[in-house]
Amino acid sequence: MHRFAKPSVFLKFTAPILPWLSVLTAILIAAGLYFSLIGSPVDYQQGHTVRIMYIHVPAAWMGLFCYVGMAICGAMSLIWKHPLADICARATAPVGATFTALCLITGSLWGEPMWGTWWVWDARLTSMLILLFLYLGYMALVNAFDDPERGSKAGSALALVGAVNVPIVKFSVDWWNTLHQPASIVRMDGPAVDPSMQLPLALMILGFTCYYFVLLILRVRLELNERRIRALHLSGMFDETATPAAAKDKAYEAGHNAEAKQ
Amino acid sequence: MSEFFSMGGYGSYIWASYGLTALAMIVLLIATLRGLRSSRIERDQLEAVLQSRRPRRTKKTQKAS
Amino acid sequence: MNGFLAILRRDLSLALRQGADSVMVVAFFIVTTTLFPFGVGPEVNILARIASGVIWVSALLAAMLSLERVFQADYEDGSLELLTLSPVSLELLILGKVLAHWLTTGLPLIIAAPLMAVMLNMDQNGFAILMIAMLLGTPALSLIGAIGAALILGARRGGVLVSLLVLPLYIPVLIFGAGAVEAALLGISATAQLQIMAAILLLTLAAAPFATAHAVRQAME
Repeated sequence: MHRFAKPSVFLKFTAPILPWLSVLTAILIAAGLYFSLIGSPVDYQQGHTVRIMYIHVPAAWMGLFCYVGMAICGAMSLIWKHPLADICARATAPVGATFTALCLITGSLWGEPMWGTWWVWDARLTSMLILLFLYLGYMALVNAFDDPERGSKAGSALALVGAVNVPIVKFSVDWWNTLHQPASIVRMDGPAVDPSMQLPLALMILGFTCYYFVLLILRVRLELNERRIRALHLSGMFDETATPAAAKDKAYEAGHNAEAKQ
Repeated sequence: MSEFFSMGGYGSYIWASYGLTALAMIVLLIATLRGLRSSRIERDQLEAVLQSRRPRRTKKTQKAS
Repeated sequence: MNGFLAILRRDLSLALRQGADSVMVVAFFIVTTTLFPFGVGPEVNILARIASGVIWVSALLAAMLSLERVFQADYEDGSLELLTLSPVSLELLILGKVLAHWLTTGLPLIIAAPLMAVMLNMDQNGFAILMIAMLLGTPALSLIGAIGAALILGARRGGVLVSLLVLPLYIPVLIFGAGAVEAALLGISATAQLQIMAAILLLTLAAAPFATAHAVRQAME
């Protein structure tokens, strides 16, 4: 029964936090948007495009943060076999993948006006691309099993293996990049961060992080509901036709067939 | 105002970045909320059927757990 | 140790009896490599320039293609479950299976690689380094691949999935493998790259059997 006790503990702890966290997220992002779009000066070299940085850098931060979170969850699932750790890792992956993709896209949108190219095989860009592949692999693996619990466990193991591999990949990509210097003179160093830029950057990073935690709570709840539904279905209390979902399907099918007949 | 939107000629890049990010974050949030709502409805329906089928025993076991 | 040798002998004899597996891997490797001249044109200089990369990428894909059979057949007929129950440590048995996989795929690839290097007009002083680099790299590919092969046991569409899991993890081997050959072609010492590849091999040798065993046990639960 302890498997059902844990979700209730999770709900008890997160229910009072969630509204505050949501409000905090909204305030932080709203303030961050104000300072990054209006309240900050233009960079003397990059002009207005520096404003993309206030999205790009927090997105990159979130991509890495989420992966580290997944790896920690994977380790906790390995050591303590806590089912909530698997669920947290599973709930984190889509958020991390989204932010990694956003980091790459905003990077491209920044690179085009500044360096005249959408993509360079720069070490940092390439590493982020590989990180995105790792996320996609994790998500594909987790969803490839009929039993979601088995998927989550396999995913935790993969997250851990990936986390061991990330430094090696990072090192090899850096090495590869210094060996093959891109022919064009591209300086991928961002602008030196001026104090006036630190505020919007910090606000955005905090706002994105809070947003992640809001989503994490919601997605874990979603996952817990789905597990409960699955457990109820498997308990044998319901034959196929008795469940509301199946009944709904039947009703839909009946309507569909009637339409087809007409 | 139009100066603000043109962003020194780089408006399309900047607004595309902000717009895509906002879109992705909102879509993710809405998808999660919708999934949460439908899963909650389905779970409650199942629990209700469970209650109606075994009225006495389930109540007792639920209190015990 | 006896268990290790027994599983090695069993897997080898299974692979040799079917025979086709090793041949298929090499054939896939040769065909894939042959596609590149059609893609980039038959110009000798370009082919010589990209030869090391093409050979490594094709070897990577060929090694990946055969991963599914490391555990899949044993999983389906239930013998994998018996292996997890055996008194011999599962890690050791997995090492035996991986070694068998390498002997039937990695080794044939190393032998076929110089042939393709000749056909792609690679300079001769890269050949020795290419073979040494593959000797260090392909066992690491088998070890990393075994983790992926174990993770996907019981999954839907396992074959496609394993490539998505394993290929990003193969990137370091590819970078240093191709880098070593390139260094040799430029007349620079490739020792650094080969040392890093040896380090990667040792690291995977130490860690991969445990990760694979963990994944196999999960699949058996």
